[in-house]
Amino acid sequence: MSDLDPKDELVTHLPALRAFALSLTRNRATADDMMQDAVLKAWSNMDKFQPGTNMRAWLFTILRNNYYSSRRKLNREVADVDNAFSDTLSVKPDHDGRLQMMDFRAAFEQLADEHREALILVGASGFSYDDAAQMCGVATGTMKSRVNRARAKLTEILQLDSNDALELTDAATVAVVGSPNLPS
Amino acid sequence: MADDGDAKKDRIDRFIDQNLKRVFSDLESDEMPDQIIDLLAVLRAQDTEMKDKNE
Repeated sequence: MSDLDPKDELVTHLPALRAFALSLTRNRATADDMMQDAVLKAWSNMDKFQPGTNMRAWLFTILRNNYYSSRRKLNREVADVDNAFSDTLSVKPDHDGRLQMMDFRAAFEQLADEHREALILVGASGFSYDDAAQMCGVATGTMKSRVNRARAKLTEILQLDSNDALELTDAATVAVVGSPNLPS
Repeated sequence: MADDGDAKKDRIDRFIDQNLKRVFSDLESDEMPDQIIDLLAVLRAQDTEMKDKNE
């Protein structure tokens, strides 16, 4: 449990909240608007936050509910995407590895909302299936299924199941990510 | 054969998760927009004002 004042703790989660907003909306302006609404709502409802529970999960839930609610209000089936996600590249060497990383981001952007959300919550943010399911208001089995389908779709788009694709991609990604722990 | 398939799937899943973590980490280091910084300043000022009134 954090000893921080909840409002000070909120500030520490903002970089992750913004990353989640960009992943979900794929549009910088929309992400910033969603984040502003979420911060305002969380700040003014801080008395409803239960100390000892996961504030990041609470903030992510506020933001995603806000996003889907505004999409419904606008009756927009198709999101206004400006490639904020795939364009947000940190400085990396200009070689094949950079292209591979852009490929990965571009492929991720093609996934359905619920699949991107599931992968970000479980795969990138480390939430348990139970927590992610609760945040999205679905059963744990549904969340597992979404993660599996999202991974399958990425595998298909990036052709990762071809015999040599992963070896090539691994080598390129090692150059970018610099991780010694990629699967061999 | 099933083991080979499972091992390959595990490897692909790990690859995807590692890339996701990297992408998410990149996004986290993106600069915070001014509108959020400004909003926090306004909210903190309101809290201080409220606190002063109540004292």
